[in-house]
Amino acid sequence: MSEEIVIKVNNVSKDFILPHAQKNTLKSYFTSTFDFSTKKHKKNMHHALKNISFEIKKGEFFGIVGRNGSGKSTLLKILAGIYQPSNGSVDVKGRLVPFIELGVGFNPELTGRENVYLNGALLNFSKEEIDKMYDEIVKFAELEKFMDQKLKNYSSGMQVRLAFSMAIRAQADILLVDEVLAVGDADFQRKCYEYFRKIKGDGTTVVFVTHDMSAVRKYCDKVLLIEDSNMAKIGNADTVAKAYLQLFTNTEEITNSIESKKRWGDKKITYKKVNAKPDYDKKIIRISFEIEAYTDVLDPNYGFKISNDMGQSILGTNTEIEEIKVGPLQKGDKLLFKWDVPNIFNEGKYYVEVAILYNSTKVSDWWEEADAFHIRNHKKTPYIVNPEVVFSKLHEKVI
Amino acid sequence: MQKLFQRYRYSVILLKQLVITDFKLRYQGSVLGYLWSLLRPLALFVILYFVFAKFLRVGEAVPYYPVYLLLGIVLWNYYLEVTSNSVASIVGRGDLIRKINFPKYVIVLAGSFSALINLFLNFIIIIIFMLLTGTDISSGVVWLPLLILEMFIFALATAFLLSALFVRFRDISYIWEVLMQGAFYATPILYPLSYVINNVSPMIAKILMLNPMAQIIQDIREVIITDKTITMSDLYGSNYSRIIPLAIVLFLALFSTYYFRKRSKYFAEEV
Repeated sequence: MSEEIVIKVNNVSKDFILPHAQKNTLKSYFTSTFDFSTKKHKKNMHHALKNISFEIKKGEFFGIVGRNGSGKSTLLKILAGIYQPSNGSVDVKGRLVPFIELGVGFNPELTGRENVYLNGALLNFSKEEIDKMYDEIVKFAELEKFMDQKLKNYSSGMQVRLAFSMAIRAQADILLVDEVLAVGDADFQRKCYEYFRKIKGDGTTVVFVTHDMSAVRKYCDKVLLIEDSNMAKIGNADTVAKAYLQLFTNTEEITNSIESKKRWGDKKITYKKVNAKPDYDKKIIRISFEIEAYTDVLDPNYGFKISNDMGQSILGTNTEIEEIKVGPLQKGDKLLFKWDVPNIFNEGKYYVEVAILYNSTKVSDWWEEADAFHIRNHKKTPYIVNPEVVFSKLHEKVI
Repeated sequence: MQKLFQRYRYSVILLKQLVITDFKLRYQGSVLGYLWSLLRPLALFVILYFVFAKFLRVGEAVPYYPVYLLLGIVLWNYYLEVTSNSVASIVGRGDLIRKINFPKYVIVLAGSFSALINLFLNFIIIIIFMLLTGTDISSGVVWLPLLILEMFIFALATAFLLSALFVRFRDISYIWEVLMQGAFYATPILYPLSYVINNVSPMIAKILMLNPMAQIIQDIREVIITDKTITMSDLYGSNYSRIIPLAIVLFLALFSTYYFRKRSKYFAEEV
């Protein structure tokens, strides 16, 4: 990494006029001229970014993180030159290619081949240049037999493969990548990350917008955290990733209120307390809970589910599936139970959802975010689970 | 300098692909394909010819009236096609504009070139008719490329203005539709200008000729069909009178370029 600065963002702010205040027809343009309450329009400004300043050096892998609606995508679009800043300036040195979305300009009515040339033109490739790399593009996308079919007949996976195969050919000094690139099936994610690793090695500057803290820790040299349109923190990956996760623990207080929207049921039996905690010595997560019965119930069924902070369900079960006899409850019963779940989790935050059912389908108490726990794991993988694995030699020698 | 060249290169590559795509998509799925570019004006010509030349007999005073009429229709259709297609062109490419930064004028320019290709195809029909009827091509034919250029600029300038305005005011498409219907009859396409001079008033004829499309159509008719065509200079009695429609075209071109450049920075937020 050199000391040369390739992107300099100087005190950038961006305001949007909210759509309901926008004059979209001539009539509204004229009527609002005579509308004496026009001062109202000033209130309908949305400040998407306020006073953002930072520098990105050549070859740096720069992350931009923040919650939904914090303004990070707006910042990316300003860097890409798609939006103009309302205030301040952005200086970019070198050729910048944005990947806000894969397959920009793809037309479903054109064939795969025609789309390659059209998308290529948007990536600044002339027809002759595409001619030269055409076979490579098709081969990488594994679409040799389909290039003369219309794109509308492609599966979404095929479209993504073709788009990605195009995208990685763009010759950029600076690459802007939105997190949408990293969604898709596991195989595609692997290809994406392989590509990131390769361009990082080539010395390309990358600006990467994401929610995925494991990717941030793995790839980013420097990270900017945007919170509520402002720069909240800038620094190395670990510090900013921590600050980012902190945002959630501070603001998303686990609501214990029984009226909460994330909790429902007829309350014949309810959870009094739910507590989930990792026990690193026993290599388990212990979910302990207390229940109270308000009426007699013959066949209660206790269940739980664990999801990560991206909302992906990871595992879960209930006493019926596990064929555990829990016995009937009588009015006034207060009981304590625990689930012990092997700790197969990757680093991050996890939410525990619990439920009590009876009569097989009746919901007594369903509680979506009953508790949460954090996992620290020295061993990091880019996958959903990270169980302990054993590696050993099978034979002394292969004969 | 190198940056300027890069940007120019990008526009040319993009323009080529957009024109090709546009042409491929236009007649996709139709049996006769590109032939429709020729059949459409021809069909309109047949209808108007029967109504105006045979039934209403407005063109009896004009030599080679059928070709005269067809040429007028073809030229007018070019202007109509460029401008009507341009209105929603920027908004129609909204998904692209929101995701990648590229010179927006390329979109409007591509539409204009597609129509130009169509115009050349239509000229093939006109040339066939000219050969069949034997028109009086004058030495003024050397002016033809310049007249086409004037029309190209006039249509493009209108297109820039309309497409940029439409981003903010969605009424423009309806207003333009109505305006073009009126303008079709206010331009001497179906009727010869002599008809207006004799039956209405020479003053009205002079006003109608201020429209650059009227001047262009009449001038092109003069050079390739018959020198009996009443042109700007015949009407005003001076060659300098041509400066008025030229000035209108020039002013419109400057203004709409300025307006489009100014607004295009904000297209991504507004489309």
